[in-house]
Amino acid sequence: MSVPDLSIQIGTLKLRNPIMLASGTVGYGNEISEFTDLNKLGAIVTKSLSLKPRKGNPPQRITETPAGMLNAIGLTNIGVEAFLKEKIPFLKKFDVPLICNIAASTMEEYVECTKILTHEEEIDAFEINVSCPNVSEGGLIFGNDASAVGRITEKVRAHTSKPVIIKLSPNVSYISSFAKSAKENGADAVSAINTLVGTSFNIFTRKPKIQNITGGLSGPAIKPVALAKVLEISRKVDIPIIGIGGIMDWKDVIEFMIVGSSAVQIGTLNFIDPSAPGKIMAQLEDYCSKAGISKISSLTASYDLK
Amino acid sequence: MKIIDAPVKQHIELDHNIFLIKLFAPEITSIIKPGQFLNVRVSESVYPLLRRPFSVCDIEGDNLYLMFNIMGQGTKILANKPIDSTIDILGPLGNGFNLNGDYDTAVIVAGGLGAAPFPFFTRSVEDKKEVQTYIGGKTYHDVIKYGMNNINVATDDGSEGFNGNIVQLLFKNLHNLKSKKVKIFACGPTPMLRALKTFCIENEFECEASTECAMACGFGICQGCPIESTQNPEKYLLVCKDGPVFNVKDVVI
Repeated sequence: MSVPDLSIQIGTLKLRNPIMLASGTVGYGNEISEFTDLNKLGAIVTKSLSLKPRKGNPPQRITETPAGMLNAIGLTNIGVEAFLKEKIPFLKKFDVPLICNIAASTMEEYVECTKILTHEEEIDAFEINVSCPNVSEGGLIFGNDASAVGRITEKVRAHTSKPVIIKLSPNVSYISSFAKSAKENGADAVSAINTLVGTSFNIFTRKPKIQNITGGLSGPAIKPVALAKVLEISRKVDIPIIGIGGIMDWKDVIEFMIVGSSAVQIGTLNFIDPSAPGKIMAQLEDYCSKAGISKISSLTASYDLK
Repeated sequence: MKIIDAPVKQHIELDHNIFLIKLFAPEITSIIKPGQFLNVRVSESVYPLLRRPFSVCDIEGDNLYLMFNIMGQGTKILANKPIDSTIDILGPLGNGFNLNGDYDTAVIVAGGLGAAPFPFFTRSVEDKKEVQTYIGGKTYHDVIKYGMNNINVATDDGSEGFNGNIVQLLFKNLHNLKSKKVKIFACGPTPMLRALKTFCIENEFECEASTECAMACGFGICQGCPIESTQNPEKYLLVCKDGPVFNVKDVVI
């Protein structure tokens, strides 16, 4: 049996395989490169960038919950300028598609960030975060309004010729209407899902375990929700989907592809086993060989609902 | 920074719900410094999901010891790991204590399980410097003396040693401390570290403290463990990567 073709095409973005590392779980690549060969990945997505540096939320920022974790980091980042100066030189050493995640508080800020970053040839695509649950302005406020998601998509689209991916919130009734709005305004793909809003309290002090009171739930606990959201988009909107939510092994990757994902992102798992993405890629290849799948992209939306 | 499957060699139960687990990990023992920590994956399952950070308590040849009390599911699993089964450990992580410097007496200040890094610390420093150890707890159950020498005890309820907190005991012994070139090394609950920082600044003692914060990854990617910096209020430091040991002057405790 010949070596299976793991490559994926999303708009003009060509990936070696469907495995991306999710925004906010790999920083800017340097720490995780000690555990996973970045050159073998499908793509890496940077920590969300804003125009100016953001300090983020005070501690406690994270807490563990059953099969998951809550985080309220608050989009801590070094800002666009420092990213270009301090982080791009390191990332240039790798032959891996770089997707820049942008998170902003205003429409103008999304545009400004795009205008600056689009000139950097190292950046291959943009992922627009309209769905962070942990900041007071922007983020989820945009993500909860399909017409606002449309307007952001349109503005960003107008300022870059690189692929634009809109990262959608699951904290809505019908995620497909947001995907539709993104598509109609020129997005090349959507990524789904961002974290689910959750909280956790200490029963003795009656205080929330994280300072921000609520945080974003991630990890295997959210996988069934994520799969349902991906399936909903896949059935209703003709747009490439990057599936995200609690992937722990190669079987989860296959499951996300079957329900409609063209590619996937690994997030929380990077905190637990930063060498896991490399292992999953090898196991995917092995599975495809054994199962006689010559092109992994044939799995996308291969569900059988009959 | 490595991920290793370390075989369990021994379990030791100290007094009052305090346990030691001995792991064979030459890749770690050959490079780790006192005050550095490991992030331990106690189980392959999704409950508990995240790793648990532990400072390395002591090393003995190719083996290392972790100290813990049984608090929840993670530590329960750890205490019951069969001998010769393996545990996935990630480390060494963070910056340890800086043993160098112009001092002749290392003063250890440990509160409760904050004693964990000091057996290794004591072993590393005692042939070069005089070591004085101050151990505090709410009651005598909380006073952990394992692997330490030349000990002064303070308990809040007076059930052992000085009746009061550990910083009050340091203050009582101020004259003695001032008669030497002292550097203080501390680990314990935040209120203790906060009081100790004030004490050290007022009395011009150099002090390094090992801090604590909930974290996921342990090496900087999750950004889960911020600590306020006194040098740059615009940007948090990370407990896992910039610490966990800080000069108390550099952080807001």
